[in-house]
Amino acid sequence: MSEPTSPEMDANDAHAPVVPHPTDEAGIDIAVQAALAAFAAAQNLDELKAARLAHTGEKSPLSLANREIGRLDKSEKAVAGKLLGASRGRVNKALAGRTAVLEAEDAARILVEETVDVTAAPRRRRAGARHPLSTLQDRVSDIFVGMGWEIAEGPEIESEWFNFDALNFAPDHPAREMQDTFFIDPVDSHLLLRTHTSPVQVRSMLERELPIYVLCPGRVYRTDELDATHTPVFHQFEGLAIDRNLTMADLRGTLEHFARQMFGEDASIRLRPNFFPFTEPSAELDIWHPGAKGGPRWIEWGGCGMVNPNVLRAAGIDPEEYSGFAFGMGVERTLMFRNEVPDMHDMIEGDIRFSEHFGMEI
Amino acid sequence: MRIPLSWLREYAQVPADASAEDVMAELVKVGLEEEDVHRPADEISGPIVVGQVLSIVKEEQTNGKTINWCQVRVVPEGQPQTLAFEGIDPSGVQGIICGAHNFVEGDKVVVTLPGAVLPGNFAISARKTYGHLSAGMIASSRELGIGDDHDGIIVLSRLGLDPEIGADAMELLGLYDQAAEINVTPDRSYAFSIRGVAREYAHATGTPYTDPASLVAVDAATAPGHEVKLSDAAGIYGKDGCDRFLTRKVTNVNPALPTPPWMASRLNLAGMRSISLVVDISNYVMLELGQPLHFYDADKLTGAITVRRANPDETLKTLDAKERKLHAEDLLITDESGAIGIAGVMGGSATEVSDATRTVLIEAAHFEPISIARSRRRHKLPSEASKRFERGVDWNIADVAAQRAVDLLVLLAGGTATTEITDEGTRPEAVVIDLPAGFASALIGIDYTEEQITWALGEIGATIENVAGGYRVTAPSWRPDLSTKQDLVEEIARLVGYHLIPATLPTAPPGRGLSRVQGQRRRVVAALADAGLTEVLSYPFVTKVQNNTFGAAEAGEVKAVKLNNPMSSEFGFMRTSILPGLLGIARRNHGRGFRDLALYEAGQVFLPGDTLGTATIPPLGARPSEEELEALYNGLPHQPTHIAAVLTGHDSPVAAAHTPRVYDWADALDAAKLVGDVLGVEVVVSQGSHQAFHPGRTAALALRNGTHVGYAGELHPKLLAELDLPERTVAMEINADELFEAAADVIVAKEISTFPISTQDVALVVDSSVVAAEVLETLREGAGELLEDLALFDVYSGTGIPEGKKSLAFGLRFRANDRTLTADEASEARAAAVALAADRFGAVQR
Repeated sequence: MSEPTSPEMDANDAHAPVVPHPTDEAGIDIAVQAALAAFAAAQNLDELKAARLAHTGEKSPLSLANREIGRLDKSEKAVAGKLLGASRGRVNKALAGRTAVLEAEDAARILVEETVDVTAAPRRRRAGARHPLSTLQDRVSDIFVGMGWEIAEGPEIESEWFNFDALNFAPDHPAREMQDTFFIDPVDSHLLLRTHTSPVQVRSMLERELPIYVLCPGRVYRTDELDATHTPVFHQFEGLAIDRNLTMADLRGTLEHFARQMFGEDASIRLRPNFFPFTEPSAELDIWHPGAKGGPRWIEWGGCGMVNPNVLRAAGIDPEEYSGFAFGMGVERTLMFRNEVPDMHDMIEGDIRFSEHFGMEI
Repeated sequence: MRIPLSWLREYAQVPADASAEDVMAELVKVGLEEEDVHRPADEISGPIVVGQVLSIVKEEQTNGKTINWCQVRVVPEGQPQTLAFEGIDPSGVQGIICGAHNFVEGDKVVVTLPGAVLPGNFAISARKTYGHLSAGMIASSRELGIGDDHDGIIVLSRLGLDPEIGADAMELLGLYDQAAEINVTPDRSYAFSIRGVAREYAHATGTPYTDPASLVAVDAATAPGHEVKLSDAAGIYGKDGCDRFLTRKVTNVNPALPTPPWMASRLNLAGMRSISLVVDISNYVMLELGQPLHFYDADKLTGAITVRRANPDETLKTLDAKERKLHAEDLLITDESGAIGIAGVMGGSATEVSDATRTVLIEAAHFEPISIARSRRRHKLPSEASKRFERGVDWNIADVAAQRAVDLLVLLAGGTATTEITDEGTRPEAVVIDLPAGFASALIGIDYTEEQITWALGEIGATIENVAGGYRVTAPSWRPDLSTKQDLVEEIARLVGYHLIPATLPTAPPGRGLSRVQGQRRRVVAALADAGLTEVLSYPFVTKVQNNTFGAAEAGEVKAVKLNNPMSSEFGFMRTSILPGLLGIARRNHGRGFRDLALYEAGQVFLPGDTLGTATIPPLGARPSEEELEALYNGLPHQPTHIAAVLTGHDSPVAAAHTPRVYDWADALDAAKLVGDVLGVEVVVSQGSHQAFHPGRTAALALRNGTHVGYAGELHPKLLAELDLPERTVAMEINADELFEAAADVIVAKEISTFPISTQDVALVVDSSVVAAEVLETLREGAGELLEDLALFDVYSGTGIPEGKKSLAFGLRFRANDRTLTADEASEARAAAVALAADRFGAVQR
């Protein structure tokens, strides 16, 4: 296909268009038809532009014919004006129509040409993640906040009194040694790394108005060597409720509600007699985990019981007027059987794959 | 505590076919947690039979050893051999090679026949050895896993046995017995005995129970026995260390007699080695009744026994042959020669029973738990005796236990009982507890009937008296853990059954949701994760050097909390900065092939003040005074929450058509500023200096009021090289508590003007040493209130800029609240801003 030629060149060309007389209806129609044909033949906006210049430009037959109108006498002027006006109107309408079509085609073509392989998209923004031990503590907290409880926290280096004596651990009782405590140097400073979050319960009882319903999540320490199921630094959440007329049935109801929030409606709990200095009666808490790996089963989850009157006394609460219950579970242990974490090392080593797998959820 | 089932069966009705697992499943219901199963038959299987040695031919070997080629009859003469394993001779007589020499023709021995398997998966078969086909083995107790005796094989007659040839030797040696191991909580001292566990088994199953103590008929004293003086001048907490000391004497003991297999087997299953008959009897009675006994060789005692606290510089050579320096608080058993034992913990070697002992003096005493616990801890001597005494032993069993030992010494060791009995001390009063009628129901939430209450308390051995409004309960002597009405309620609840407790949900009063700080912390840690950082949790144990490097801006000793008993002495301090732990985790991830890391951690750091702890602590069971509480609070180190981040490598993964950005110092600042943004607190940056950071690329972070809150920037290249971390790793650490505190309680809305913006740019040339933030603040100040915002958009030095100078380009956005600004107004404000910068820094407009 030859390059579209410019009308200027055409003027001196042998094939220069024939300019019809302004009143020559047939001649003008030929020019109109030629223009319409040229527009229709244009396959893209460039070709259309050439056709436009050729058929509507200053040197196009219709323009030239139009220019001739001025030279006509009055009676012919009106006829020619009407004829050429209508003819140029038809041509311009056709041009506009064709332009719209070709522009739409062009836009569509560009979009097609801009096709990318979406599967090769880069990740421009790194996805961050929370540590599941933190997320789990938040989730547990939210369940209790939903029940009207509040979240209480306290220091990790704690006075021996808050960690033991206030919780009815007698100074030389074997239960005190069973806690495998990290002591602060010098030992006669009576400071230690809290072995449980129970000191926060004591602080809550000393500082808050009765009744008290608090959940105490946090980091605790025991001198256990790191292995697949132990770590010297771990996390607990403990609950404490002090009110008039609280019973062990209230403890059970609270734990059952909580268990169902965590493990589904089919979860339930079982209490077995046990011993803790800070509760009497005391119980070991098992959870019926319907989604446990390898099938539903009972899993040892934590300890609980009715708050020992000596603990209430340590906080200046009259045990004849108030009673209370308390419970505590390990966050790591919960994560292990709830989310099937096979090894404690995964939780403490900080490998980014561990956190990233969980993202912001648990 | 390990409970051999055969022993338990003597006092409780355990079904004949019950396994250790079955027994544990019952015991767990009443609170004795299952721990393990010990079942010799899991590791050993027959045929293991009684054989009689018919002949022994001694054969000298080239290696100098002499072996015995024995013919052993394993089926009674005239009876057919019914065992059909390969290598068992139909004649009933096996040829066996034996290396031991402690037996003679005619002895009855234990023969492990081909087909038997011994502990360690040691299979017995007929095999060629020393030129014979040895079809079995004559066994020692060690090979059967029931003792340490490797001096020779078991000769049954020496154990006092004369069984039938061919009898099942496993039965004879108690190898079909099994033990249930339970975990005994510190309150249940009585469960450190067969007596106590049998009682619990009866509770759990509702079956009858026989108290072994009731089977012992205690001899009446005919005369005083060995002279004993109780002379504790310094009881701990004013309590006498010993409130009862009873002695019995058994004469004519034959120390050479063997321990019968049934006793050896039970001791073995209970986890105690069989040592000698006399020692075994002492242990056997302790396991059965829970009363630790001490046996003295009466002939080695010098005069009267005195129980007293140790004198200064007193020493004792204990049974383990160690010379121990005694402490003034140690309660001692002494005679006129000096100390002969640490009471309730360990006896002395000088008065120990031995192979030559003919007269045994039995000590059955009751000691105060705290005294025993302290001595045990002080001398690091955990013994079976101290374990029981420090948890509390039945204060009314000493005479029974001593009698049981006397009876066994007479029965098994050929002894002669004497009835000169010493029984010193004052027995404590039984504990009486008032239990109001409705109390158990009110505490548990079950309507217990009177029958249930009296039944349960009766079961545990308490006596109950009905009094006005409830019950007067006398606790049994073996339950020192029972002292309050709550203790009794636990007994009622567990015997009736915890499974019957219903579930009710108490209604908490209207809550306040998360506290302000809890909400703030959550938003901050979530925002950092949203921004692409990964949360990790490191151990807060660090080295002295780490604290000294990260805990302060300048080199020197950083005050830190030291652990008395750290997991490793190197990491013996509590962190004063989160960065050492976080960098360790970065290092580990880097080592695992992750080059692009953005990590953060939020947690407490530990900053000791001038006082550390308190010299004393208040007693338990009472609210401390306000002053005491104040002192406890003040003795704690400051423990603020810090947030730290470490970034290295690229901000995103390498991908097609994507060039990831390399993290640099500004990303560390960004992380810190993000924390501020989330809280609505401005984090003000200034040039800073910190020994752990690059000297030229460190930002000091502060609040608007000037309070320093942390550092951010590039870590010191030397430090990164030492830590084996990539060059240009950046970090920040910020005291989050300061930011939480600084955040506004209520954020007051800002007026939003809808008039058009007028933007103006300005480039100022200043000395290179001038920091951008200060110029920016000056422009803000100079421009006045029409300035809505401004930002640094270019820093340039080089062509066109004089040496030692730099050009800072700022975009200024002006807007008024009440009108459209004219270009002149905006230019005027800009000129004022430039003028102030010119004044302060000699800034010249470019």
